[in-house]
Amino acid sequence: MDSSRVLGPPMAEPMTPLDVKVEANRCLNCYDAPCIAACPTSIDIPRFIRRIAAGDLAGSARTIMEANPMGASCARVCPTDELCEGACVYAPDNSPIRIGQLQQHATDWLIADGRLLFKPGPATGMRVAVVGGGPAGLSAARDLAVMGHAVTIFERDDLAGGLNTYGIVPFRLPVDVAVWEAEQVRRLGVDIQTGVNVGTDLPAEKLLADYDAVVIAFGMGKVPKLAIPGEDADGVWDALDFIRTAKMDGVVPGLGDTVAVIGGGNTAIDAATASKRLGANSVTMFYRRGPDRMTAYDFEIEFAKTEAVEFRFNVLPHRIIATDGRVTGLELIRTDPAGTARPIPGSEYVIPVDNVIPAIGQSKFAALLDAFGVVHEHGVVVVDADMRTNKPGVFAAGDCMFRAGASDAMVVEAAERGKTAARSVDGFLRKGAR
Amino acid sequence: MADLSSNLAGIRSPNPFWLASAPPTNSGYQVMRAFAAGWGGVVWKTLGDPIVNVTSRFAGLNIGAAKMLGMNNIELITDRPLADNLREIAECKAAYPDRAIVASLMTDCNQKAWHDLVNAVQTVPVDGFELNFGCPHGMSERGMGSAVGQDPELVEQITRWTKEAAKVPVIVKLTPNITDVRYTARAASRGGADAISLINTINSLMGVDLETWNPIPHVDGKSSHGGFCGPAIKPIALNMVGDCARDPQVTVPISGIGGIATWRDAVEFMLMGSTNVQVCTAVMRDGFRIVGDMIEGLNNYLDDRGIASVAEIVGKTVPRFVDWNDLNLDYKIVANIDLDTCINCNRCWIACEDAAHQCIDRLVDERGETSLKVDEEHCVGCNLCSMVCPVDDCITMVRVDSGETTNTWRERLSVPS
Repeated sequence: MDSSRVLGPPMAEPMTPLDVKVEANRCLNCYDAPCIAACPTSIDIPRFIRRIAAGDLAGSARTIMEANPMGASCARVCPTDELCEGACVYAPDNSPIRIGQLQQHATDWLIADGRLLFKPGPATGMRVAVVGGGPAGLSAARDLAVMGHAVTIFERDDLAGGLNTYGIVPFRLPVDVAVWEAEQVRRLGVDIQTGVNVGTDLPAEKLLADYDAVVIAFGMGKVPKLAIPGEDADGVWDALDFIRTAKMDGVVPGLGDTVAVIGGGNTAIDAATASKRLGANSVTMFYRRGPDRMTAYDFEIEFAKTEAVEFRFNVLPHRIIATDGRVTGLELIRTDPAGTARPIPGSEYVIPVDNVIPAIGQSKFAALLDAFGVVHEHGVVVVDADMRTNKPGVFAAGDCMFRAGASDAMVVEAAERGKTAARSVDGFLRKGAR
Repeated sequence: MADLSSNLAGIRSPNPFWLASAPPTNSGYQVMRAFAAGWGGVVWKTLGDPIVNVTSRFAGLNIGAAKMLGMNNIELITDRPLADNLREIAECKAAYPDRAIVASLMTDCNQKAWHDLVNAVQTVPVDGFELNFGCPHGMSERGMGSAVGQDPELVEQITRWTKEAAKVPVIVKLTPNITDVRYTARAASRGGADAISLINTINSLMGVDLETWNPIPHVDGKSSHGGFCGPAIKPIALNMVGDCARDPQVTVPISGIGGIATWRDAVEFMLMGSTNVQVCTAVMRDGFRIVGDMIEGLNNYLDDRGIASVAEIVGKTVPRFVDWNDLNLDYKIVANIDLDTCINCNRCWIACEDAAHQCIDRLVDERGETSLKVDEEHCVGCNLCSMVCPVDDCITMVRVDSGETTNTWRERLSVPS
């Protein structure tokens, strides 16, 4: 692990062998276990824990990775208290099995062991293009390769892994883990072409013409503008760009002492905690509604508190104040305490800040969806339950289908949608229809 | 404060908790520590011709994260000179005159050898002898230990020889490695034993190492069978104690041994006919200090029930330990699941479905919530569901017969009892 990319100790330390033994043996091995039902990828959790307890880590890791090609990253980033651990029969007694950490134990073993768990299936002669090498695209590609299809992933960045690689702070998810997961897919014979921008370097029409099926899995784009004065000043950073620089370089030139993060989601939390880890003295998150409306996971919020991040609620950025083109202050306006996010005129106030980092969501790739000729609603691709778009042979998965408020844009959801898309692609190709 | 004092065939101790003849009673240093911790008596590690031991000697049975649910050992009797042991016995007795010190003995199968050993040992103030007819390993290959204890005639003979010389009570320790322990227990009674103690350890091989394929424990790559003990053997011991306690031809009191680790275990052995109990494995795991918990726990148990003396509970369950033929076939219980405390793990469901009588139904209500219901008509009252349930008292067994009739197999066949 490249320590320069880690920015301090991980959110959760790996379990010790003794801890693993006690915890794995504590699992009740429920029948028709609620944790399985609560996992979007339906990992057979009691089985992988049983296998840890019995000393079969290869079998345990296989159980995990078979159901979830992103099993190593999900072990670290899943909101387990809202999923498997929240459903554990021990949860009402405040002692759920620490499933996420046990999953990390098994997948860490696999990473260290280095063996390849899966094999490509007998070649079908069919070619599938996957646009985007993030969790959804990699999951789809993994299963498609196991099904015997020839898969090419087109990834615009230098490394595959998408937000896992670039968009989640390294103390939650190290680059190496995300890259390892992509590497497992590549080792199945999937051709991962990085640095390729579909839509510009490679026209959508060409993919549609050259491949038997296409999976659109390109996620979302930059953080949208706040649309307030002063936004172009030096020291105002897109949260995802900021996290990317922090994660890849371990240092962010121009980071000052006082940082304002705008937003209440997990990316906002990541930007705030990364700012602290990079040395900012005072980091405050400003959110337009109350704490109960924050979309960040509870464990993330708790973590931010332990990192000494401060929170201000019911407040909106109103104007960014710059001196000589550089941020020096942020004017805020209070919003309705009832949580409507409606500003209260006359409540403006100014605080001195060195940086403003908006983390208010991500923009959509509507034009690219148009290029593929698939129906979308304001950039959100429309699919059926089997991830089929309106266009035969074109499927979609991942955050490009994320509709605000509809569900969480979780890695584990992206993995599941990738798997579903792969099944649909396979069904489509084996019917011979094109 | 209940009276915890115990009197086993004239051997008195302030409480019924003795250390069994084993590694914890190997030396005066250890016995002094044990007495300081509160143990009522000790059976000194078996005296005889000093032997040579091997390394390694012990192995533990681990299940899940639980360590040493059972233990096996291939250590032999004392490897120290008799004179050293006798001097230390005298020192311990002088320091703790109220405690019982019993000398465990093992020697060759002839009258003179036993007379000589008894006479040598009773030059120091021992309170009794325990004849080691039980050790299943090592010594048995030399015609001692369980090699003797498996033959009722030899048991009777050696008991008689010992009694000829002994000035203090003689306890015969029985091996479980025999088809029916009552035969050797009766032989000990006939030979004049003042008490019996059981069980000694059970023939065992602890395991095989998956990496090296060596047996466990191994001595330079090889192993031989050892003696199995610890909590895992308690049910076997309790059965044998109960068999002896209810046998009319076993006419002597019993010192119970086998997996006793807590006061609760001790109460069970005493209810099943043990006058006192002996402990080893629990001390090997946790040290002498556990006796404090055992003394207080037993006292609290007796006080809570208004029982003045521990002697009052001895044997109280023995009349209820009967032949299968005497069980009431009309007695009928069924499982009842308390849905308020059920945590929905469905362990009872899968156990009943796959391994019992398919008598638990999984119901789904309009909201999709599942719950479990016992099919009382078909439930045979086997207890399995309540055994696998992780929540105490969530699944209880409820009596559904009238409680007014008795119908045993013996009555059905009119077999005279």
